Amino acid sequence: MKMTGAQALIEGLLREGVDHIFGYAGATICPVADVLRETPQIGYTLVRTEQNAGHMASGYARVTGKTGVCMVTSGPGATNLITGIATAYMDSIPMVAVTGQVPSHLLGRDIFQEVDITGAVAPFSKHSYLVKDAQEIPRIVKEAFHIASTGRPGPVLIDIPIDIQQQEVETPVFPEEVNIRGYKPSIRGNELQIKRVAEAISRAKQPLICAGGGVWLAHARDELLALAERNAIPVVKTMMGISVLPTDHPLNLGMIGAHGNRCANQALAKADLLIMVGTRAADRAMVDPEDIANRMATIHIDVDPAEIGKNLIAAIPLVGDVKVILQQLLEREIKAPDSAAWLERLREYRKAELDRVFPAREGFVFPGTFLRKLGGKLAEDAVVCVDVGQNQLFACKYLPQKQGRLLTSGGLGTMGYSLPAAIGVKVAQPDKQTVVICGDGSFQMSMNELAAVKAADLDLKIIVFRNNVLGLVHQIQNSPAYHGPFGVALDGSPDFETVAAAYGIPSIAVNCEDEVDAAIDQILGAEGSVLAIVNVHPDVTTND
Amino acid sequence: MKQTISVLVENQAGVLNRITGLFSRRAFNIDSLAVGVTDDPTISRITIIVDNGNNMVEQVEKQLNKLVEVIKVRTLEENSLIGRELMILKVSANNKTRQDIMTICSIYGAKVADISPTSMTLELSDTPDRLDTFQTMMRPFSILEVVRTGVIAVQKGGGKI
Repeated sequence: MKMTGAQALIEGLLREGVDHIFGYAGATICPVADVLRETPQIGYTLVRTEQNAGHMASGYARVTGKTGVCMVTSGPGATNLITGIATAYMDSIPMVAVTGQVPSHLLGRDIFQEVDITGAVAPFSKHSYLVKDAQEIPRIVKEAFHIASTGRPGPVLIDIPIDIQQQEVETPVFPEEVNIRGYKPSIRGNELQIKRVAEAISRAKQPLICAGGGVWLAHARDELLALAERNAIPVVKTMMGISVLPTDHPLNLGMIGAHGNRCANQALAKADLLIMVGTRAADRAMVDPEDIANRMATIHIDVDPAEIGKNLIAAIPLVGDVKVILQQLLEREIKAPDSAAWLERLREYRKAELDRVFPAREGFVFPGTFLRKLGGKLAEDAVVCVDVGQNQLFACKYLPQKQGRLLTSGGLGTMGYSLPAAIGVKVAQPDKQTVVICGDGSFQMSMNELAAVKAADLDLKIIVFRNNVLGLVHQIQNSPAYHGPFGVALDGSPDFETVAAAYGIPSIAVNCEDEVDAAIDQILGAEGSVLAIVNVHPDVTTND
Repeated sequence: MKQTISVLVENQAGVLNRITGLFSRRAFNIDSLAVGVTDDPTISRITIIVDNGNNMVEQVEKQLNKLVEVIKVRTLEENSLIGRELMILKVSANNKTRQDIMTICSIYGAKVADISPTSMTLELSDTPDRLDTFQTMMRPFSILEVVRTGVIAVQKGGGKI
């Protein structure tokens, strides 16, 4: 059967199970749009700027475990998407980005809306294709989804010149399997290393698991919990792994790192065995990995061999799929370590952290206070999308976790991530309670997407901590290293209630702590989307 | 410490770009890089000389392996490899100096590729060290230009990567 390149692309997407695309149309992607018109199986969300198409696909991918798909036009469409791609790359999110491109015979002539997007994204994409012949589209689509979703997941870009989208393919062949000789991710862990890990666990007195985003990416939450519970090993998390354990789980110690929970850092300081699972020992989580490796026995489990020894040289490296490796470990008889005394000590640290009394200021709401109360009232499986800055650090530290998810841009730290990511979540799972937490800086980076919320009549609970300042930068500039704030006052910000009203979205102002309980009930109980503006003092810091 | 990394890659457009991009992005230093197609026309072989710490070389290997078009990566042990580089060196020459230049050429096994009344163009294929000393010996005659290919290398014996 004859097909155009555009038809072959959509057929390939359907075969990969794609049911939604986040995009922004433009001239060079019109042949594909023309096919999408006739493809009701694939839903479409029109974003208001291309970067957010990447974030929406990211939110969609993170809750479904499927590969998120975004599609934009050439030139500025493609360059605007770059931050979305880089954000997904740093958080290892499976994503396929399709970009239109100028006609192939004009490539390199700098014509209208031409940009070398495969070249531009090379440093922060897992792979990319510039399609030169429509005949190759079925294979390329198959490979792109395979590469994006296997091994360490990541974004893959397919750049398709408009003439290739229009090119007729006589007999398109859609391959069933992928065979790329240079791409064979490890899956099973080496048995000898597994044995060494088991022995190290048995020997330990003060073992500690550090769970990262890789646990989510491998769908290994249950296995991780089983390993921790069976061997009574406490768990700390990185920002990307934050919600793998509910806050009230007896083995949970919270988030490590410069902005982490004190009890988590105390545990890391005193452990004698650290089992890192799906984490790369990034600078924000482990300020001095060399010191950690010197002080305790270390086990590093990761699917990406390049992460082993990049930031931390672990005594026992173990490469493979985190879920499979944890299963291998669970199949073994491991003599549980004698960690009773250790757990007792950590429980005290943990209690001190959970009982922490937050400072209060007359006429303002302390973010920790709000988040603690919010977390208590959220649905068991709620998804909370958190932005970047003080709101992120407060949420990661103090928002109680249940069985749901906390999604944030942990690697790249992209402001404006939370609202579009939440839209992606809601599109994938309309019945899931979904909450956005952001600051007034980050909200203004993507509040134009309220249009996408409205267009699809999505039910999002959007919490904006308004302190009229870029809080975290303000906090840094007020530290002894600098002489004071500069360029952080959010002068000229609009009245957010009026903004919400302009989109037909109701809003609630939360001005002081007495109002918090009632406001949260109102927000969560409302039918449809609500914007809540929480009044935060500009001098609040994440160390308060 | 200099180390020799041999990389088999898909013989496709853009691969070299990805590899050099990786080196600059990860702040790995390249001493030299030489690329050419292998006996299998779909595969190219790249020989990269890096000058980094030991741990760095391991990272270079691992990061190269992550590239989808990279088929195989191997660091060749210094004492078990055959490494050669080709140099073409153009030097000023006249009736007085030509004979001295020829003497040095015969010591190193360099060939005369071209000759003119005022210059000689010499070619020499050898280890980088020997090329360096040859170049030093030519310097007094006034070198006009030098071009070197970068090292290509294979491991000794019957094994292959």
